[in-house]
Amino acid sequence: MRTNTEMGYDSKIEGDVIVTRVDAALNWFRKNSVWPMPMGLACCAIELMAVGASRFDISRFGSEVMRFSPRQADCMIVAGTVTYKMAMCVKRIYDQMPEPRWVIAMGACASTGGMYRSYAVLQGVDNIIPVDVYVSGCPPRPEAVLDALMKLQDKIGQLPVLNELTAVAALKS
Amino acid sequence: MATVQDIEIRDSAARAAQAADELQDSVGEKMVLNMGPSHPATHGVLRIVLELDGEIVTKADPDIGYLHRGDEKIAENMTYTQFIPYTDRLDYLAPLANNVAYALAVEKLLGIEKDLPPRCQYIRVMCAELARISAHLLGLGAFAMDMGAVTVFLLTFTEREKIYNLAESISGARFTTSYTRIGGVMRDLPPTWLDQCQKFCEEFIPALNEVEVLLTRNRIWVDRVRNLAVISKADAIDYGLSGPNLRGSGVEWDLRKQQPYLCYPDLEFDIPTGSVGDCYDRYLVRMEEMRQSVRILLQCIKKIPGGADNKTKEPVNFADGKIFLPPKEKVMSKMEELIHQFILVTQGMNCPPGEVYFGHENPKGELGFYLNSRGGGTPYRMKIRSPSFVNLSIIPKIFPGCLISDTVAILGSLDFVMGECDR
Amino acid sequence: MPPLEFAQKLKTKFGPVISEPAEFRGEITLHLSDAGRIAEVCEFAKNQLGFDYLVDVSSVDNYGDDPRWTVIYHLRSLKHGGELRLKTDVSEEKSELPTVLTVWKTANWHEREIYDMMGIRFSGHPDLRRILMWEGYPYFPLRKDFPLAGKPTDLPGVAFAKPAPLEGGPFVTVAGGKDAIQREPRVRTPEG
Repeated sequence: MRTNTEMGYDSKIEGDVIVTRVDAALNWFRKNSVWPMPMGLACCAIELMAVGASRFDISRFGSEVMRFSPRQADCMIVAGTVTYKMAMCVKRIYDQMPEPRWVIAMGACASTGGMYRSYAVLQGVDNIIPVDVYVSGCPPRPEAVLDALMKLQDKIGQLPVLNELTAVAALKS
Repeated sequence: MATVQDIEIRDSAARAAQAADELQDSVGEKMVLNMGPSHPATHGVLRIVLELDGEIVTKADPDIGYLHRGDEKIAENMTYTQFIPYTDRLDYLAPLANNVAYALAVEKLLGIEKDLPPRCQYIRVMCAELARISAHLLGLGAFAMDMGAVTVFLLTFTEREKIYNLAESISGARFTTSYTRIGGVMRDLPPTWLDQCQKFCEEFIPALNEVEVLLTRNRIWVDRVRNLAVISKADAIDYGLSGPNLRGSGVEWDLRKQQPYLCYPDLEFDIPTGSVGDCYDRYLVRMEEMRQSVRILLQCIKKIPGGADNKTKEPVNFADGKIFLPPKEKVMSKMEELIHQFILVTQGMNCPPGEVYFGHENPKGELGFYLNSRGGGTPYRMKIRSPSFVNLSIIPKIFPGCLISDTVAILGSLDFVMGECDR
Repeated sequence: MPPLEFAQKLKTKFGPVISEPAEFRGEITLHLSDAGRIAEVCEFAKNQLGFDYLVDVSSVDNYGDDPRWTVIYHLRSLKHGGELRLKTDVSEEKSELPTVLTVWKTANWHEREIYDMMGIRFSGHPDLRRILMWEGYPYFPLRKDFPLAGKPTDLPGVAFAKPAPLEGGPFVTVAGGKDAIQREPRVRTPEG
């Protein structure tokens, strides 16, 4: 019977060897060590800090190190209202993040502008950067942020990494 | 075809002379460093343009407005009740206190702030003091984390989670509670809330003692924070500081004592005041304020009219259908209450024309609302006097002369919040 | 000494430029008819009457009335606890009045914010630039003829702005109508 799983492990047949695809292995490494860059702008930043604190531990998902430098981060969590004045900074910091990079738009203000429909607020951070997961709530509960992280991990698990790497290598040579 | 270049290796005297020349050029120059809006230690989106001479700051120019959301213009387009969720997000570390401040300001405009039922006043005081503890805990945790003491951050956040549980059982939301309404509160306390509050107070003091042991007489902490950024009494008054920043400089001014509101005159508590006005004093003032808040909470738990489950059916809302929503059973069955509900929801309460200013003792300082009303249910102009906006204006005065690593300590001790500063 | 006495002292010193003290909800308000003398009046209030703490400086846009701007100063004394409110009017053509920075240093940022939001200039202010919006933003957002949704702007490399989608709203009552029918919830347009 053929099943489509990512890993093959049966100690009777393979012994102490796990058989898997390159894609699955690389994605497994990437998704279990997503280092977030907290773009904490407003009240959602406080819930983000609570996610990082001891009760709703984010480090059990591998995301303990909140890297404040974009060059060292994988995922930018935009937490809070993005104003037009701040939008240019957010875009510039997103550009500095190396590939592969993802964005979580946390909260109503980052997703769509929230309840601030005014002259100074960018109506959703997806006007300037591509967003992978939107979390609703004002502010979202820490469990919701962890759920978003898990959805992001599922998304990362599906990426065709090997195709991308071979395509990039082909472009270079 | 690579060309051959001659490399001239001069003798050491010539090299030393050239280095001395270059040093002369660079010594006179100052470097402009941008402590940008995205920075782990600026507590939100604050940008400071620093001019440095080596390691010493010579000029500092804060650039705010990265979180300006247009609250005051939004207020002109909302009824008084519709604006309550926006007040939560002003000082987002202590939303319950902002709600109380705004409700009191509108009630002053209506002229009913002395007629609030006593149970409502006690509930509001408890909310404000819990918010004060919560805000000071986070300010302290962030301050200590920026200085390197990461354990304190985790300890304070554990205590804050208990406050979040209390806020969740009273209003439904951990954080942005929108709990008070004009003329009362959203709903009465749940029956077990006072016991939970008592339990929290009993568990909080040992935790605070633990934090105190870690920081207050710690050699590294004291060295980093003592005699740093001394703000004199005259400066503090002239620059309009308020809250722990003002009291840390030795000025005994607390709105709860000087211009009392709600039921604060019936409660016994002290106002801690600093003596020197440095960062260490402000830290100590905040620690002691948390203890005094616990003292106030314990008194309120004993004295609240109606007790834990309100057996005597004390009212919690001002009983006027033109100001506060009438109870639902009457709305569904009587005509007058139905009309009141309709008008309150669509048009808002009819405030008299006039202007008031009400200042409330928020954890960060004095949060004031200036309401200019021309009648009707929406304000004509609302100005929010935010403590963090005014506290930040002292930065160009106290930064020059300190080292770069001290800037983090000063920002932590000023304890501001950008949501309030930029509105 | 209750605040009313301080108000009377200001009136006796400055005579006809200061109005009779008005009281509402326990607060005393004085109206200054000549905005050019505000610095003088504040200096007297601070040095002679002891109002050493400036709580707030606000501005109101009386759209449709002349003079258009009203600037409001909230004074407080930490020594004797008295509070006082000083109001002064500025017309739209002039849009300028002297700064009180020389009296209280906290007025610096408050006046910058009023300039940023309303467009009222303060003569004598050393550094009058925008504080909440970015440098080069062409409008003054808190004026009554500026829509809540905003107007499109573009400063390449600095910032940009697009109007927010209000979908015809917000439908709220108009402030100050004489009865409920006039105050009916309706769309707020800048002209109405």
